[in-house]
Amino acid sequence: MLGVAILVFVLMRLVPGDIVQMRLGGTGMADKATIEMERARLGLNKPAWLQFVDWMKGMVVLDLGTSMWTGRPIIEEIGNRFELSLQVAVMATILAVVLAIPLGTIAALKQDTWVDYAVRMFSIAGLATPSFWLGILMILLFLALFKWMPPLTYVPIWQDPIRNLSQLLWPALATGYRYSAVATRMTRSSVLEVLREDYIRTARAKGLVDKLIINRHALKNALLPVITVIGLEFAFLIGGLVVTEQVFNLNGVGLLMAVSVTQHDYTLVQGLALMVSFIFVLTNFLVDLLYAWLDPRIQYS
Amino acid sequence: MTMQTTLPSSPAAVSLPPHANWLQLCWRFLRTKPLGAASLVGMLVFMAMALFAERLSPYDPLTIDYGGVLAPPSLQHWMGNDSFGRDMLSRIIFGSRTAMLVGYVCAIVGATLGLVIGVASAYFGGKVDTLIQRLIDVLLAFPLIILALVMVTALGTGTFNVILAITIPMIPRCARVVRSAALSIREVPYVDAARALGFGPWRIILRHMTPNVMAPYLIMLTSFMGQAILLEASLSFLGLGVQEPTPAWGLMLQGGAELYAEQAPWLPIFPGLAITASVFAFNLFGDSLRDELDPKLRV
Repeated sequence: MLGVAILVFVLMRLVPGDIVQMRLGGTGMADKATIEMERARLGLNKPAWLQFVDWMKGMVVLDLGTSMWTGRPIIEEIGNRFELSLQVAVMATILAVVLAIPLGTIAALKQDTWVDYAVRMFSIAGLATPSFWLGILMILLFLALFKWMPPLTYVPIWQDPIRNLSQLLWPALATGYRYSAVATRMTRSSVLEVLREDYIRTARAKGLVDKLIINRHALKNALLPVITVIGLEFAFLIGGLVVTEQVFNLNGVGLLMAVSVTQHDYTLVQGLALMVSFIFVLTNFLVDLLYAWLDPRIQYS
Repeated sequence: MTMQTTLPSSPAAVSLPPHANWLQLCWRFLRTKPLGAASLVGMLVFMAMALFAERLSPYDPLTIDYGGVLAPPSLQHWMGNDSFGRDMLSRIIFGSRTAMLVGYVCAIVGATLGLVIGVASAYFGGKVDTLIQRLIDVLLAFPLIILALVMVTALGTGTFNVILAITIPMIPRCARVVRSAALSIREVPYVDAARALGFGPWRIILRHMTPNVMAPYLIMLTSFMGQAILLEASLSFLGLGVQEPTPAWGLMLQGGAELYAEQAPWLPIFPGLAITASVFAFNLFGDSLRDELDPKLRV
């Protein structure tokens, strides 16, 4: 985590120009004294390493500082949007799991038949379709067929579930397609691999019904790598929705990231990048724990 | 940081007659993998589009025609005109040049640097290996697009910077996979023999170890091509990638495409199709190649 913090910090300081120049409107508009004053207020006139120490000090007491652009605490800025991104990510995950596991299993069982080819086409197409384009097409279709557009303002799900879903379902579908494609491929290849194992042959030799073999013996083992992929993609979704959020005009974490990057809002970008990578590491950790729980053969000393 | 789950690491698991040359290998691939062959044709079509853009496109992609603003698809303009009256078909053909440039350069440079770093890390082992792996951990803790976004702000927009911003995040991904394959090669007798003969580490890395991790390298390389094209499209779509007036598919989806989508649906449809079709061809090819070279490796 410290490495991540340092990397983000260094990268952001490499960016030519800083926020004061951006905000005070380029050259000539503000006199030098004002610029210096503003820099001093934000702590930008201190040497870089001191700025880093300041930032780390805040981190210890879980204070991410305030946004250089809006002046509001970063926790608040992220918190406002986190809920929305989390919901989209969760919905996309549910979609992916519901689609991927049955599809991948069927494709593996009927390897090299038209079913398998259809599923593989579906998943390769899912990997190839940019989710933002899918989003544009969706909006276009709604406009053309129903003269309807998803609502633009966000309502929490417990206040008005229908309105909330009618806004967030579509981005979840658009990103979920790619997501399920990744998971389907993984399910297929891992089921294929497991089906060739000795214990499956033993089960067959015992005369067990196919259904039982697949549900009890094969899937249990085959799903382990699938869980990894789902975990990785989930972590990716929280921050990686940048482009999709743009299409649907969603005010989520991804959009915040894109905006703060262009505004040179160091503290906000640092906070966001740190959060994204923290979620990533946390998800990895949870997946590892889940792994050990599901598969007694794996032991972490 | 996190516990590593072991990656399957089998170097080139191809069973071939001992003296098969490149041509025979290619021929075998085309015969046994019809999907792979079809996707190869698709890749060649896009490559030809990029190379011969001037000859193929019916109009100049930059000529603005205010009389033909948002003209629907017709016999003169097969894919219609955009909001500046520029011919969409010509812009898509020229856009393939940007996409192929980004796709090939990013994939080849990113995967090759990853290859060298991965093999070197496995060869030296010990402290060097740990250091490189921790660095890779850090880089892998970012989603690809976030890292590319941050890089683009640090570097600025434009085609060259976009290539750089996409290439750098790809290096650690390839290095990780290559390293796990190279680890198993480090202990084989011919590497020991090379060391005993007094060859320097770089000679062993480049001449003796690298050729034996070609399977994961090629697989990563082909999977990077599609990813790079998608990433470039995403960045351009956000306005942080290739800049107007250079024709690029992601750029064509931005701005006008969204604004006029209702009255001129051809604006968003065709560039998106171009992205999907090209990435589809690359991914399909990569898939078939993986089946051929190393079915156990997952990317």
